[in-house]
This record gives sequence, structure tokens and C-alpha cells, in this order.
Amino acid sequence: MAHIDLGVDETEFPGVRGPMKYRPVTGKPMLELAETLLRGPLSLPTADRELIAAYVSGLNECTYCCSAHSAFAAALLDEGMPLVDQVRADPATAPISAKLRALLHIAGAVQRSGRDVTTELVEAARTEGATDEEIHDTVLIAAAFCMVNRYVDGLGTFAPSDPKFYEETARRVISVGYRNTV
Amino acid sequence: MQESEFPGVRGPLRFRPETGRPLLDLVEVLLRGPHSLTAGERELIAAYVSGRNECTYCCSAHSAYAAAQLDEGMSLVDQVHADPDRAPISAKLRALLRIAAAVQVSGREVTADLVEAARTEGATDLEIHDTVLIAAAFCMFNRYVDGLGTVPAADPGWYAQASERIATHGYLPVLDR
Repeated sequence: MAHIDLGVDETEFPGVRGPMKYRPVTGKPMLELAETLLRGPLSLPTADRELIAAYVSGLNECTYCCSAHSAFAAALLDEGMPLVDQVRADPATAPISAKLRALLHIAGAVQRSGRDVTTELVEAARTEGATDEEIHDTVLIAAAFCMVNRYVDGLGTFAPSDPKFYEETARRVISVGYRNTV
Repeated sequence: MQESEFPGVRGPLRFRPETGRPLLDLVEVLLRGPHSLTAGERELIAAYVSGRNECTYCCSAHSAYAAAQLDEGMSLVDQVHADPDRAPISAKLRALLRIAAAVQVSGREVTADLVEAARTEGATDLEIHDTVLIAAAFCMFNRYVDGLGTVPAADPGWYAQASERIATHGYLPVLDR
């Protein structure tokens, strides 16, 4: 049970969905932001963006967001959930590109504090070929999940434990996007 | 662009308007939309969280915006930054600031006891919801602003001038100026 009465059956609308239904005037711009950051026409592949979201949500120990975005990333990656698990365990040893590794290091810094993003971290990403836009988008995805994770857990929302829920949601999000799923 | 002309979050908002637009829409609804908490009280929550995240630009800006919209001005803002427990604010706002402080650490720090305490002081579900989301949103903005290494305004007077524009016209025109 969430800390406030969200006016929905939380098993039907778990995680961020309850608060978004409860307060659509704030839910709408949040969904627009998620749609642009995770699915919009940016240069980083959508799978990489979902991996960044899943990684940061894991660091914030947000069960709902981490389960959901891990499932979304797994559905978009050829290597599936085993790669997501390796990234979440340790991006430094996961079999990913040097560029994505450097961007995940930036995301990990953002999760602690914006002030932890050093010139060295940014320079390392640039050396591996990351553009200014990709560095910007990585910082904002990581920052946005520091918001959403706090929103979801700060209101004490329900997180399903059945992986099937997240796999089913992944199919919907990938085919019709965030706006039409949530 | 000249960062001195567009300090803090204003540079990144212009760099990527497709994300800047929903970010401004969110902050406009949260801090200035019709609400039982005054705009000054909501700006105070934003300023308080930004102070705890040590984000110079956001803390300076929202402290100025709060001061401009509160009868007691900057002296009250300073007292809240120093210690909400001793600041001369309502018991309800104090309880909401405790929730905001928990959110700043982690969503998981918001306990049923903190929420119950706010409710006992008269906070509604909507006020609790918006407090959590304002605090969470500033955990995003603070990281966005500092994670990109933006510079705060060089002249402290910039924030007071900006506060007049925000109080009159709101956040939406920020991308168009």
C-alpha cells in the first residue's frame, strides 16, 4: 500500500503508474521526458539508454524501476538479460563498448551527486568517441532516474515480484512507447 | 552560447530544447500550478533540497524565488536552510520539509511515520505527493546542473532580477528569452 491513497488498484497500476494516474498534470511532462530521453531520435541506441536507466535505478535500489528498465533493456539487446545483469554487477568488467562503459561511469557519478562528475570522467568518455550530445543525454537520463526512483519509493508504491509482469510491459513499451503504456 | 548570459540550468535547457520543454512544463506545474501550498512554500522546498544537494545555482535561484514570494523574505529562507526545526514556519510545512529531506537522501527513507506526522499537522495526500515530487525533481535538476559542470550566475543580483520575471511570467518563457 502506498503512503497516500492513489485511487487505483496498485496491483493493476504498480510502481510509477499509480502516481502518474493520481496526478496526470505532472505525469504528462514526466512521460514526455521519458519518451524523448529513452525512445526519441537521439544518437545513443535505445538499448544503451535503457541500460543506463536500469543501472542507475539499481544503484538507487528502486525495485520497480530497476526491474522494469532491466526488462526493457534486455528485450532490446541481442545478449538479453545476462548482459543487463553483468552491467548491473560491474560495468567495468561487462562485455560492452568502451564508450558505453565510460558513459556508465558518468551515470554512476551522477547517481551519487552531480558534483561527482569530474572533467576526467567526461574526457574519458570523449576519448572513447562520445559526443557532447551523448554526454548530455547520459547525465540527464541518470539525473531523471534519480527523480523517478525517489518518486516511486518516496510514495511507497507497490512493485510486482513476478518477472512476467515486467516482460509483458517491455513488449508494450517497445511497441507503443511510454505515452501509450502508462 | 555565452554561459554567463545563460547560467545554471538555462544552458542545458537551450542545448536540448526537446528535453528542456517537458522539464519546464514539469517545474511550472509543480511550483506555480494551482495548489493549496503557496508558490513561496513550494519554492522553499525546492531551495531547501537544492541546498542539501549543494547545488549553488539551483539553491541561489530558488532561494531568491522563494524570498520574492514570501512575506518574510530571505531571512526566513536562510532560517529554513539553517534548520527547519527552528525556523518560524507552520508545523505542517515543517513536517513536509522533513519528508523532502528524506527524499533527498533516498526515496526509501520516507517512512510511514514521516507521512503520518505530516497528515497529523493537516497535510493532504496531494500536498504529500507534491512535496515528494518537488524534492525528487530537484534531485534531478541539481544533478543535471552540476553533472554538466555549468556555472552559477557571476553577479548575485542576477537571481533577484530573475525572481521578478519568474514571479510574473513563470518558467515557460525561459526557453524563449
